[in-house]
Amino acid sequence: MGMTHIVDRRLNGKNKSAVNRERFLRRYRHHIKKAVADAVQRRSITDIERGEKVSIPSRDIEEPIFHHGQGGKREMVHPGNKEFITGDTLPKPPGGGGEGQGQGQASPDGEGMDEFAFQITQEEFLEFLFDDLELPNLARKKLKDTEAFKYVRSGFSTQGVPAKLDVVRSLRGAHARRLGLGGARKKKIRELEAQLAALKSAPDDLDPAFSHEDQIQVLEEEITRLKANVKRIPFIDEIDLRYRQHLKQPKPATSAVMFCLMDVSGSMTQMHKDIAKRFFILLYLFLKKNYKKIDVVFIRHHTSAKEVDEEEFFYSRETGGTIVSSALKLMHKIIESRYSPAEWNIYAAQASDGDNWNDDSPVCGKLLEDNILPLVQYFAYVEITPQDHQMMWYEYEKIHERFPQSFALQQIADPGEIYPVFRQLFERKAA
Amino acid sequence: MTDIVDRPNAPDSGQPATREPISTSSEWTFELIQQYDDEIAKCAAEFGLDTYPNQIEVISAEQMMDAYSSVGMPVGYNHWSFGKQFLSTSKGYQRGQMGLAYEIVINSNPCIAYLMEENTLPMQALVIAHASYGHNSFFKNNYLFRTWTDASAIIDYLVFARHYVAECEERHGVDAVEQILDSCHALMNYGVDRYKRPAPISASEELRRQKEREEYQQRRLNDLWRTIPKMGEDDDPIRRKKRFPEEPQENLLYFIEKNAPLLETWQREIIRIVRKLGQYFYPQRQTQVMNEGWATFWHYTLIHRMYEKGLVNDGFMLEFLQSHTAVVYQPPFDSPWYSGINPYTLGFSIFTDLRRICENPTEEDRHWFPDIAGTDWVESLHFAMKNFKDESFIQQFLSPKVMRDLKLFSIQNDDQEDVYRITAIHDDPGYRVLREKLARQYNLSYREPNIQVWNVDVRGDRSLTLRHIPVDRVPLGQETEEVLRHAHRLWGFDVHLESVDEGTVVEEYHCPPQELEEE
Repeated sequence: MGMTHIVDRRLNGKNKSAVNRERFLRRYRHHIKKAVADAVQRRSITDIERGEKVSIPSRDIEEPIFHHGQGGKREMVHPGNKEFITGDTLPKPPGGGGEGQGQGQASPDGEGMDEFAFQITQEEFLEFLFDDLELPNLARKKLKDTEAFKYVRSGFSTQGVPAKLDVVRSLRGAHARRLGLGGARKKKIRELEAQLAALKSAPDDLDPAFSHEDQIQVLEEEITRLKANVKRIPFIDEIDLRYRQHLKQPKPATSAVMFCLMDVSGSMTQMHKDIAKRFFILLYLFLKKNYKKIDVVFIRHHTSAKEVDEEEFFYSRETGGTIVSSALKLMHKIIESRYSPAEWNIYAAQASDGDNWNDDSPVCGKLLEDNILPLVQYFAYVEITPQDHQMMWYEYEKIHERFPQSFALQQIADPGEIYPVFRQLFERKAA
Repeated sequence: MTDIVDRPNAPDSGQPATREPISTSSEWTFELIQQYDDEIAKCAAEFGLDTYPNQIEVISAEQMMDAYSSVGMPVGYNHWSFGKQFLSTSKGYQRGQMGLAYEIVINSNPCIAYLMEENTLPMQALVIAHASYGHNSFFKNNYLFRTWTDASAIIDYLVFARHYVAECEERHGVDAVEQILDSCHALMNYGVDRYKRPAPISASEELRRQKEREEYQQRRLNDLWRTIPKMGEDDDPIRRKKRFPEEPQENLLYFIEKNAPLLETWQREIIRIVRKLGQYFYPQRQTQVMNEGWATFWHYTLIHRMYEKGLVNDGFMLEFLQSHTAVVYQPPFDSPWYSGINPYTLGFSIFTDLRRICENPTEEDRHWFPDIAGTDWVESLHFAMKNFKDESFIQQFLSPKVMRDLKLFSIQNDDQEDVYRITAIHDDPGYRVLREKLARQYNLSYREPNIQVWNVDVRGDRSLTLRHIPVDRVPLGQETEEVLRHAHRLWGFDVHLESVDEGTVVEEYHCPPQELEEE
């Protein structure tokens, strides 16, 4: 007896399978990437932060082993006989699908479920999305942190790390302590010294029985003892130390509005729009981490601009030419009527294939410079084309030179090139 | 007073002793588990169960899923397949499609059993009796386990394996290691010499010898492959005809580990690790019916013994019996729930009937089991547990009564006939046939294709030829080509597999695939 050892393991690590799970995801990353890309296409840009169900064809994840196939002569023993007697024959089902039932295991011949489905978490979903966008680690971390906090001073504490030691406070404390501990004694010393002086100045009695000698000696000893005591009071003691204390506080709830501007003229294909969608998603995710309330305004344009809902924004097609300034004008109008810069942080993301009426580009430049950039935090522009730049790009480049902090532009051909547009933005906030 | 529970151990002991039950609530605490374990241990001792010391670990459902997905090993190297297992387990569990096993028990010394925290107290007691006394005594005493596994070394060995694999990943990259492991897993069931006793495994020994092996292996390999024939020499037709290996080898992994020309040392070590794990699981694959039957028989018997002693009350027994009944339920062949013979049912029925044959033999029993009928049941059951594996156990102890109770019948499916044939049922002429057929069903080489190393073309293209001997013309399955690719990855040169039925090649597989050409 007593040979049994009972252990409570419940508090031990429970994520023992995390590495194996990660290995699995790694091995099937192509399948998962595809599922994530499909989900991005399907979902609203404001609905990116949740997990996703991924299905992989079972045959792709099988672990092959040698086993028996169909055919030959098989004999199996089964339970639950009701009416069979030896020698009975039973017709085989048509098609010769002799079930290899009875091996006890789920059918190894690829029967049954042909999809292996599982759920990836929100975090994993984002990770795959960020892979797609080739985000650097720092930016990933920023976007994945579930809550944004800032640290605020909140008084002083008696414990902390040396880096947070407040020297002035600590010394002030020490001074007070020294006064507190030493004050009474110093007063006593002063009294005793006064007595001593009085005794010394008074003529000594000749009668040794009344001599002051003894009294003086006693007083002097007492004074020495007290002085030593006072001296032993440390200049600074551990209890004097004061550390600055900081509290994590959620960032103030502020609001931001994000303008999505996209050219939907005939030259923008669905592929262009899918890339643009990722561009908008990335900005949205960034804003989500920094602001509590976010409005998204979708403005699409060809020769004229229109505010639309997300569905129409990404999935309806137009033909015709392109006048970009129409969108900028509309944006400015919306800001003036609904999003006062005093209350809203304004961000804008514009995507196009670079086409514009040549006459219009200088107009755009002026609109941006005079009316829009003074109001917005950040304006990002992507030109989705592998081809040569057109007029508008050069106009925008000039603006970038004048507003390097708040205006970014990038020519991209695939989603991996989107991030650099936001580099400034991410870095500025990270600092 | 009518009893709701039968009393197998003490038919004449009458009323329960007046002792108070240990507990009346179904909530468990550590103190209660301790008390129950103490009492179960006392009961087990009455029946002479010989066990390793126990270590009972209470874990959460999530941890149970972890344990599940590493095939019950408490420590394991990392591999995607365990992640896949985990994903499907947790998916099933979260959707409520599947309950988790009540217990996982590890063949180690001390014997580790996991209890799930969600279990009620009667369940915990059942699991303790089942795992910590049933399985535990089986692990310690069954000859296959004694021969093939070393319970006191396994945990250390697993830790060693985990570190070694992790180290290889660091040095050679996760992908390279994963590839080797994938290939080894494909051949894991072919990593055992059935007729040789293996050296016991030990982590420290393993580490010490690893260095030695590295040097030695390279030398040996060089010897084998230093075969560029010198001119004019070696024209001896007999020597040229001689195969290597001279005798077919059934341990594919061992053969590859020792002889594959191109593998690096660390790759051989990984093959060795997978081979050793295959060896560790080898007894389990051959004793499922016995092992589960034995453990089920003992949880049933020990908990009833507690009831007789008045240590548990009627409420406890009702819950216990409900679980027990679920465990030994055997759906009939035509039920939608049917998925083959339930090993718990079969094993439990045979052991239970064995006890009956000892205690209350009938004429039939005396005729079928003259050596057992009327003997001491504890002794006879222990004898059966120690000296058999599923195949021989069924062949030896499956009684006509059990065949009748389970209404067994055998059915033949011959692809050369257009009907199924009932070849035997649970009647006088059928018993022996049925028993033999059921026993054969648990023969490992009947369950898994018999594939052996046949030849290496040492003097030519270094190709490896495997040979499959079909039983009853049953061919190899669809994944064969796939497995061969893994064999090819390990061997490094062409791999051939031929199915040879009575001297004629009936099927050939090649990796890389060969152009079809007539000889």
